[in-house]
Amino acid sequence: MSEDQKDVLPEPKGPEQRAEDASPENSPATLDPTVPAVGVRRGMFGVSGTGDTSGYGGLVQPVVFPGVATRPFEGWHEDVAAALDTALAGGGVEHAVESVVIHRGEITFHVRRDDLPVVARLLRDDPALRFEMCLGVSGVHYPDDVGRELHAVYHLLSMTHNRRIRLEVTAPDADPRIPSIVATYPTNDWHERETYDMFGLVFEGHPALTRVLMPDDWPGHPQRKDYPLGGIPVEYKGGSIPPPDQRRSYN
Amino acid sequence: MSTTEDLYAGASDTTEGRVFTVTGQDWDQISEGLADDGHERVVVNMGPQHPSTHGVLRLILELEGETVTEARCGIGYLHTGIEKNMEFRSWVQGVTFCTRMDYLSPFHNELTYCLGVERLLDIEDDVPEKARVMRVLLSELNRISSHLVAIATGGMEIGALTVMTIGFRERELVLDLFELITGLRMNHAFIRPGGVAQDLPPGALDEIRGFIALMKKRLPEYAALCNANPIFKARLEGVGHLDLEGCLALGLTGPVLRSTGYPWDLRKTQPYSGYEEYEFDVQTWDTADSYGRFRIRLNEMWESLRIVEQAANRLASLEGAPVMVADKKVAWPSQLAIGSDGMGNSLDHIRHIMGESMEALIHHFKLVTEGFRVPAGQAYVPVESPRGELGAHVVSDGGTRPFRAHFRDPSFTNLQATSVMSEGGMVADVIVAIASIDPVMGGVDR
Repeated sequence: MSEDQKDVLPEPKGPEQRAEDASPENSPATLDPTVPAVGVRRGMFGVSGTGDTSGYGGLVQPVVFPGVATRPFEGWHEDVAAALDTALAGGGVEHAVESVVIHRGEITFHVRRDDLPVVARLLRDDPALRFEMCLGVSGVHYPDDVGRELHAVYHLLSMTHNRRIRLEVTAPDADPRIPSIVATYPTNDWHERETYDMFGLVFEGHPALTRVLMPDDWPGHPQRKDYPLGGIPVEYKGGSIPPPDQRRSYN
Repeated sequence: MSTTEDLYAGASDTTEGRVFTVTGQDWDQISEGLADDGHERVVVNMGPQHPSTHGVLRLILELEGETVTEARCGIGYLHTGIEKNMEFRSWVQGVTFCTRMDYLSPFHNELTYCLGVERLLDIEDDVPEKARVMRVLLSELNRISSHLVAIATGGMEIGALTVMTIGFRERELVLDLFELITGLRMNHAFIRPGGVAQDLPPGALDEIRGFIALMKKRLPEYAALCNANPIFKARLEGVGHLDLEGCLALGLTGPVLRSTGYPWDLRKTQPYSGYEEYEFDVQTWDTADSYGRFRIRLNEMWESLRIVEQAANRLASLEGAPVMVADKKVAWPSQLAIGSDGMGNSLDHIRHIMGESMEALIHHFKLVTEGFRVPAGQAYVPVESPRGELGAHVVSDGGTRPFRAHFRDPSFTNLQATSVMSEGGMVADVIVAIASIDPVMGGVDR
């Protein structure tokens, strides 16, 4: 392209949008400001830099989990929430539940970590709640959920009322402590040890918090997102296949 | 005491006291050695390699004479990082991993994971009827094969070798059915998000009916061999006692919970995959001991046969019906078929994507390599596995891979009852108590 040709070219601008594409229902939904994003997803095909010819390289999408539900809830969810409110007020911990999420018919109570033992005891013993059975604790590590990176998720089952609920408690990476509920649910003994083993979450008050699956002298906590999967490349007929965590990933 | 003849079997003095390594037939060496010390307290490390601890389970037993004063489990010898690995594969590939956890009930592992993924995808109601019936059929066949192993290995551990041989004989029949239907005897990866991998092969229903007829003849053999056998009863009755309060506190489910007389079975109380459409009874016993658990397993096999029979009848009227959701953004694009070089993608599909439709090829490629996206959120849909409540806590961040998949395995939880079941009893009863829990170490350690 010569100099004078460049001068006559019009200003670069985006392609003309058709009317239907510009209409509000075809534009990306704006994020509800009350729903916090727990991270962003960049691009589409796991390639970055000049190797990305897909055109999706600049895409930035927030990672958003289901938003907070508002009272009154539907069906037995409201019964449980109301009974829990009454029980919490009686136990002197009115503000123990930070928020409630209802997604796909499953109800999740986000509980302040300091109040967890009281909440667990009330959930087990209150006649209107009666969650006799705890199905253990499952850790989840959200490295981008700043200030609440480590989540501990408890599934509770009430055999009396045939209901299931979920409790979610968070702790920051800098202070990975969550009170133990083994005193209320002895079954959580090994489950809390496993979550400690895998995530480094320290369950305060656990009778003997040691590793349960990994060897005692194992460095690190394998299920954390910053812990690599490991693996070696596999060679086959002259080709080399990288380990799973180094292959192209579709994020 | 000699420490020189066998490098690996002998005694040595440590700061913890004298340590013996026993390899069998050498108990007299230990009793002689202990007589020198003049006390009877022994700490026995049983396992992790021991024929009667159900895989690589390590038991640490503190004994006074032959009485167990403390019992602890050491686990983790079979930890293979399945949950971590699943975070690096697509949602469909996850099935291939979780089927390997509790290797005696692979279909239940697959089912709870797929039910969770389907709930997150919000396609629970779209899974076709035939897929749901096939899932029930396979789950119940699997319950039979798993209970057969529980009874067989439990019998072997107390010296009832015939129970072991006939138990594995019948299990082989179930595995043959699995091989016919899924192509594999174990680790099937057959139940997929959205349905099952493949339709029933021709002739499968006849084979299943033949199996049912044969099992109706063979199952009474177990009852005849064991139910009233005085030696069997003497070893099992009153051993491994755990009452309802203990079960709830320790989170025990499955046959152990039902042996206390409490009829808690998720297939009845919280039906999934259409279990409410089948006629069967929840089996309970009221002795809360190992014998009750054995009888429950035996009776549950009869109930499973009833369900298999009903499922087979329903499948007979569902010939040609779809086994995957209609949503082409989730359903695996191809079906498998037998070709000249063995099992592979069906030739019709290959012709379609290679010769007829570029879009179909792109679609196949995208679904197989990239996979589908699952909306962000978490789900927990438990199933009644042969050992109790098995649930997958599935977390998605909206991507093409599980953000986290955690399995609440009943073996892991139930094994915590080892100490309460066996402390205060005889060392030989520890084996019986653990056999009545029926732990599968692949599920415990994952």
